[in-house]
Amino acid sequence: MMQLRHRLWLMAMLLMLVSGCDRSPSSWALHDISGLMPPLAFELHDGSGQTRHAEDFRGAIVLLYFGYTHCPDICPTTLANLVSATGKLGKAADRTRILFVSVDPARDTAAALQRYEQAFGPRVTALSGTQAQLRALTKRYRVSYGLGKPDAGGQYEVSHSNAVFIFDGTGAARLLATGTDSAEKISTDLKHLLGS
Amino acid sequence: MAYLRLIAVTLLLVICSSAAVADVTARHAWIRLLPGSLPAAGYLELDNNGADSVQLVAVQSTRFGAIELHLSSEQNGIASMRRVNSLEIPAGKTVALKPGGYHLMLFRPADDLKPGGQVPVTLKFSDGSHLPVNFLLRDASGQ
Repeated sequence: MMQLRHRLWLMAMLLMLVSGCDRSPSSWALHDISGLMPPLAFELHDGSGQTRHAEDFRGAIVLLYFGYTHCPDICPTTLANLVSATGKLGKAADRTRILFVSVDPARDTAAALQRYEQAFGPRVTALSGTQAQLRALTKRYRVSYGLGKPDAGGQYEVSHSNAVFIFDGTGAARLLATGTDSAEKISTDLKHLLGS
Repeated sequence: MAYLRLIAVTLLLVICSSAAVADVTARHAWIRLLPGSLPAAGYLELDNNGADSVQLVAVQSTRFGAIELHLSSEQNGIASMRRVNSLEIPAGKTVALKPGGYHLMLFRPADDLKPGGQVPVTLKFSDGSHLPVNFLLRDASGQ
């Protein structure tokens, strides 16, 4: 009897070793960035011009994405995908926030941010800041952005990260998705995150 | 003699007008509208039913200030977008303009465009042919 219990313990220990001492009960569909990225911290402004801090969103799972509103393809496609992913959570969707941070503050005024977020529904908050604030935040998550040369009409493209950083309710960085991950995949991991 | 001339002119007209009919047909054409005067994106699938490749070289609509062909791409985690002058539709092939790839960038939309509506757009090809396409208008989420 003792021998069997001993053997079971050994097997359990071995299993833990093979599984790489994963903190989560199952492996994530997205990239696990726990401990690899700093907790969410920023000072930006929202569509009403109010200063917003990361602490304002504590208690919610935050999906952080960088873009600009004059981006007709990638940004709205990614945002719609995130809205769809969080929508699959049912009532728990209320415990998620999608933060769209515009890295194009020259064109994305507070009024523009407000109009933009309203087009994507209540779970999306559009934010922006000064170049210094934006640099601090993008540097923190090791992403870059750049403004292209304006054309004759003054229009310009903006290159930006396609990463979606996911933070838990305490503000800890947990997962990394990309603009091309399916809503199903993202939703599966959000469910796990909400349950843990 | 006058009859012959009439027939010749008629034949010429028929030939000319048939040259203007595109071998390309369009499917699933839709436009993602963003709030206010923000540029929109247009998507569709183009089938080239002809024996020759053609290039999509221009896109026009009276409901937009300007329309350009753009390509979104992602490299090393950075998303970017650039203008392209033309898009080849190989003979017998289908080319999809879709989110994250080739798309139309439609600047300065008319004030009265609303999701659920439709707008006429004309595609122009390198062989001189035109293709009128009705695009379905969708909201920012593509609904």
